[in-house]
Amino acid sequence: MNYGIVSQEQLEQIDVVLSEKLIKLGVDCVIIIDMAGNIITVKDNRENKYDVYSFAALAAGNFATVDAMAKLVGEQEFSLLFHKGQDSNIHFSKIDDDLLLISMFGKEISLGFLRLNVVEVIDQIRKIWDKK
Amino acid sequence: MSFINLREKVVQVKVVYYGPGRCGKTTNLEFINRTYRKQIHSEMVSLKTHGDRTLFFDFLPFDMGKIKGYDIKIQLYTVPGQVKYNATRKLVLRGVDGIVFVADAMEKQREKNIRSLNQLHENLQSYKESIFKIPLVMQYNKFDLTEHGIPVLPLSVLEKDLNSRLQVPYFKASAITGYNVAATLKKIISSTVISIQKKLL
Repeated sequence: MNYGIVSQEQLEQIDVVLSEKLIKLGVDCVIIIDMAGNIITVKDNRENKYDVYSFAALAAGNFATVDAMAKLVGEQEFSLLFHKGQDSNIHFSKIDDDLLLISMFGKEISLGFLRLNVVEVIDQIRKIWDKK
Repeated sequence: MSFINLREKVVQVKVVYYGPGRCGKTTNLEFINRTYRKQIHSEMVSLKTHGDRTLFFDFLPFDMGKIKGYDIKIQLYTVPGQVKYNATRKLVLRGVDGIVFVADAMEKQREKNIRSLNQLHENLQSYKESIFKIPLVMQYNKFDLTEHGIPVLPLSVLEKDLNSRLQVPYFKASAITGYNVAATLKKIISSTVISIQKKLL
């Protein structure tokens, strides 16, 4: 069994990246979870409050299911996982084998724009995480 | 994998209730959800079929209070018990820290318990975990059925079938009436937390 321990410094750096690159852009809530469904960090715009613990458990399950389906049809992974609603949308992105970045955003942001920023965020988070 | 947040001083621990179909895993969580409402800050999540069988998992986050200044958040999960759902059972086991094996004490379920335990062993191996090392508690459920004249396996048989090699703590229980549900939960939480502490020291 390996244990995920993250330093205060790393978490603060990650939070800054999330705030600067996603929350300022207009994303409602960003959550980083591990594949077991644990929450690593949450950043939101202080307007929308979600039950993030249940959300993380469901999101990890959802992502794992889609990943297993990908393997069944011979894909390495389905890299884009996106749920579209009337007012809000959810975008999932894999950071590495253990971590997942989830963004919840409204209709004022386009998916393409969000994805561009998510790619940049993930790149920066990987660098911070690797220092562990 | 439990996750430890040093900034917010939170430890998240994953406990999974495992066992054959209709053995009472969801009933355990439902009882905990009703009895410890004060320590539970959100609704229980249940992903089930129209026929009320667990399809993916049930999820119940449970606040245990503080140990050495750290908030311990226990995340309780169940797996789907039906034989055909092994792929999803495996997904739920990812990153598990402690397991409650719920066995169905009804005489006619004897074989199903053994098969389910064997599969748990295999599933853990696929994550490079060992059933002999991970914190585990046995719960022999449905002992209330003796009062209704339904044949139940004697404790000695259940112990021989399921726990002769594992030698883990066990409880006779009745999830529907709540008998020993809390005792099982307390035991698995303490075993899991102790094992995490040991690994960290």
